[in-house]
Amino acid sequence: MQLPPALRARLVGGPGAAEPLPVVRDPAAGRAPFRFVARKVRFPREHEFFEDGDVQRHLYLQDVLTQVAEEPQRSRVPEFTCQVAGCCQVFDTLEGYEHHYHTRHRHACSFCKRAFPSAHLLDTHILEWHDALFQILSERQDMVSVPQSPPRQRLRPAQGWVLHGGGQSWVQPVGLRLVEYQCLVEGCTEKFKTSSARKDHMVRLHLYPADFWFDKPRKSRGLATPGPCVPLSAEALGGGGEQSEGDAMEVCAAEDVAIPWGAPSESRAVAARMEKRTYSRRIPSTICFGQGAARGFKSTKKRDQRL
Amino acid sequence: MWNRRQGRLRPAGCGVEELRRRRREREAALRKARREQQLVSKRLLREDALEETGGGGVATILGEAEIQQFLQLAQRGTEEKEREKALVSLRRGLQHPETQQTFIRLEGSMRTLVGLLTSNQALLQLEAARCLHELSHSEQPAVAEACLPATSYLLTYLSGHSSDFIELCLYTLGNLIVESEAVRRQLLPQGIIPALAACIQSPHMAVLEALGYALSQLLQAREAPEKIIPSVLGSTLPQHMLQLLQPGPKLSPGVAVEFAWCLHYIICSQVNNVLLITHGALSTLELLLLDLAGAVQRTEDAGLELFFLRKQSSLLPEGLWLLNNLTANSPSFCTSLLSLDLIEPLLQLLPVSNVVGVLVLTVLCNVAEKGPAYCQQLWPGPLLHSLLDILAFSDIEVVDQSLELLQLLFLYRPEVCFLPRLPRPSCSNQGYRPWRSVRQPSSRIVCVLSRR
Repeated sequence: MQLPPALRARLVGGPGAAEPLPVVRDPAAGRAPFRFVARKVRFPREHEFFEDGDVQRHLYLQDVLTQVAEEPQRSRVPEFTCQVAGCCQVFDTLEGYEHHYHTRHRHACSFCKRAFPSAHLLDTHILEWHDALFQILSERQDMVSVPQSPPRQRLRPAQGWVLHGGGQSWVQPVGLRLVEYQCLVEGCTEKFKTSSARKDHMVRLHLYPADFWFDKPRKSRGLATPGPCVPLSAEALGGGGEQSEGDAMEVCAAEDVAIPWGAPSESRAVAARMEKRTYSRRIPSTICFGQGAARGFKSTKKRDQRL
Repeated sequence: MWNRRQGRLRPAGCGVEELRRRRREREAALRKARREQQLVSKRLLREDALEETGGGGVATILGEAEIQQFLQLAQRGTEEKEREKALVSLRRGLQHPETQQTFIRLEGSMRTLVGLLTSNQALLQLEAARCLHELSHSEQPAVAEACLPATSYLLTYLSGHSSDFIELCLYTLGNLIVESEAVRRQLLPQGIIPALAACIQSPHMAVLEALGYALSQLLQAREAPEKIIPSVLGSTLPQHMLQLLQPGPKLSPGVAVEFAWCLHYIICSQVNNVLLITHGALSTLELLLLDLAGAVQRTEDAGLELFFLRKQSSLLPEGLWLLNNLTANSPSFCTSLLSLDLIEPLLQLLPVSNVVGVLVLTVLCNVAEKGPAYCQQLWPGPLLHSLLDILAFSDIEVVDQSLELLQLLFLYRPEVCFLPRLPRPSCSNQGYRPWRSVRQPSSRIVCVLSRR
């Protein structure tokens, strides 16, 4: 149907509709054997009316071929190095550099150099790994999150703690900040008191893998760290994987051990962790009896620094 | 990195007739698949080289040992270029179905590939994703389902910033989605809808087109009306989709096609169309239709109207269906149809096909049934002559509807009766009947003739 140009202009110009003609129906109109009734028609999606359209749609899907350029077809520029300090990657295409930057530097933690795919995961990592207050509260929460039959003398109401759960445990009253491990799945706002509870939630509810790379428990230095790259066969590939300086986030989740902050030397950090594991459930972290626990807030100022 | 070119998978040395034959075969296969509710199509992103060498048959078939070797090199090679090359070789091999089968049967292979997908070496990550994409495109359900361990990562990467990589992840997800309900049962709790809702805010057209594709595959699922569409309607996806369909210089055809199909699947599922209307769906779609019609007009050559009709004939049933729903209960629309002189152009469509003929006649009946004021506009005019021509057709549905229209015309414009003898139509049972059952028209012919 060819529309006259003037008509098209009128259609585009908007309705400006004239008054509709008067409707006057004769009852004889619908008399048998005539049965016409003006009515709107709806088709369910599987109706054969849509067959032609669906066939066209699938021909389109099958025909469209999006092609990746071979090397010579990329827009080439003189070689240049990544400008981020410490990175010596060289590029000869802008697209290659862009992808590298987004993957490696855009959401990289300035503390530990780990790279993340999104701001959300980076923020969560910084909070759970490098926020001193989070760690203190995490340890306190560990202390009071278990049932205690005799109330502990150290934690009296005067210090702000109250009995909860029928006298079975001590908790901080509502209004004080509690540690929250947020679910890592986009769109899920659930929060958890421990990282293992979060992992449990992600595995059960969201069907995420138990070894999800962005929520892996941190292992002590010196142990083999196979990561998700399990060898094809023990003989063929051996251990190892993508673990290296600046690899993806690993959130400490093993047995709710308090996460050490700052960056002490590795041996002291291991010792500190051992100490904390022994004492964390019973003694506030501010009390160390002079034994090796890292103290202070020396990394606090870096909390807001990230690439 | 990506040089997008839309073309056709055209094997070398094929003549036009051969191409037509293949297309007819493909159409027939698609119709059959649709009737069996097995309509599944996937999109593929692939290098130029493969097409030039004639298609999938030339991809190297890799054996188990070679696959292991490439994976090992990719994972533990010392030189980055070397690692990347190994994955490229693996990817080329994975273009062949046999290599795909060998790969998925090899223990730990998918786990290694997923590990490489999480690499912070950008090119390795990209090549691993391309390997996964090849696997996702497989026609073998087992191959596509073997990719399930990667879906949580594909979804996580949708909130990244590398547009080429996100595009690849989306097409891979779209291919996996359509594979089976088992795949969708995993993707939904993994948060695919919130992930898409976040991703749809990307400024990159290529990403949006890929997203539209993935979403359309999700909405096309058999269980979509109960299990998927309510969540989609509850997200911000509908508002964003409608925004992307606004006509204007920013409208991208590829993006618009995908989201139009998304809307079609949502609307014809009739879950909550009122919500779409409150988001402005009606006005957006009206404007878009007008814009498209204008674009078609601008590409027309004067004097080629008949060619245009044949070219656009696949759009006619849907267009006339729309016209029916607009005119059925609306005196305003019927009046507009008359005042804009659209009756004659409609009559031109009568001979196109039986389906179109019935639809045109139904629209005309919608107008005529509103009474004498409307019929006065229908006659005198070309209507009656066109009807008389049609009565000579053999399709029973067309004759049926013509007689309904004639009856209305005679009722409200009795002076039409003083006309030459109407021919006796011969009717036979043929053709597709859009929404009416077969009826014998002979009694109605007698009634119509008796009014003369």
